[in-house]
Amino acid sequence: MTTLDQSPEAEVQAEDETPTAEKMVLVAASGDLDKAWPVMILATTAAAYGMDVTVFFTFWGLSILKRPDAGITGDDWRQRMMSAFSGGSTDGLKLSKLNFGGLGAKFMQDLADEKNVASVQELLELAQDMGVKLWPCGMTMDLMGLEESDLIPGLDTPAGAGSAISLMKEASINLFI
Amino acid sequence: MDADVTVDARGLQCPMPVIKVSQAIKGMESGQTVAIVATDRGALSDIPAWARDMGHSLKEQFDKDNEYHFVIEKT
Repeated sequence: MTTLDQSPEAEVQAEDETPTAEKMVLVAASGDLDKAWPVMILATTAAAYGMDVTVFFTFWGLSILKRPDAGITGDDWRQRMMSAFSGGSTDGLKLSKLNFGGLGAKFMQDLADEKNVASVQELLELAQDMGVKLWPCGMTMDLMGLEESDLIPGLDTPAGAGSAISLMKEASINLFI
Repeated sequence: MDADVTVDARGLQCPMPVIKVSQAIKGMESGQTVAIVATDRGALSDIPAWARDMGHSLKEQFDKDNEYHFVIEKT
């Protein structure tokens, strides 16, 4: 109905709000520390640019969202085995190279601390404060035996490829990391 | 130049200087100014780029003792 559009409230809203914020979609498909970091840096920076940011976490990218106390997840022995060896939560992420059983990742975290570089955990919290939408992929959660209770609070409802494509079609920046 | 708001981003690394400025500007009125000081080398190009893209005006920029100073007016 056209009368709805002409209501005073609608006019006020149109003036107050940025009509369509530019969109950015990141696909976080890796649980490597050196991939999770740029994902969170770009997500927070785009939010600082006033963009409408969504990060879609799939496959090992879900590790970033795991609660530190999630423990070994899944029901199936294969899921449990993958969970035991994949690490998880922002503290347990591994480097894609030179990880040395976690020592490399620790060195990188220590260096970041010394140089005052915001950690993945800090950036993740900041992203949530800045309204970045964090979408866990429903299919990979199921595949890996992850429940919503295994993931940190404040996430969006698990979504699928269709929702991701629907957003990416409209987004001016789409990155698969 | 006296700014209405000051952001001390010294010691902070990318992307924090830009994020701190964006958070400061959110609470400001149009026409108010914010002074930023940063030491991150990236800030030297990041902050002017952010201000330009967001439509704010960069009123002042100078380096002093390896610190980068900027004054931005909110549009």
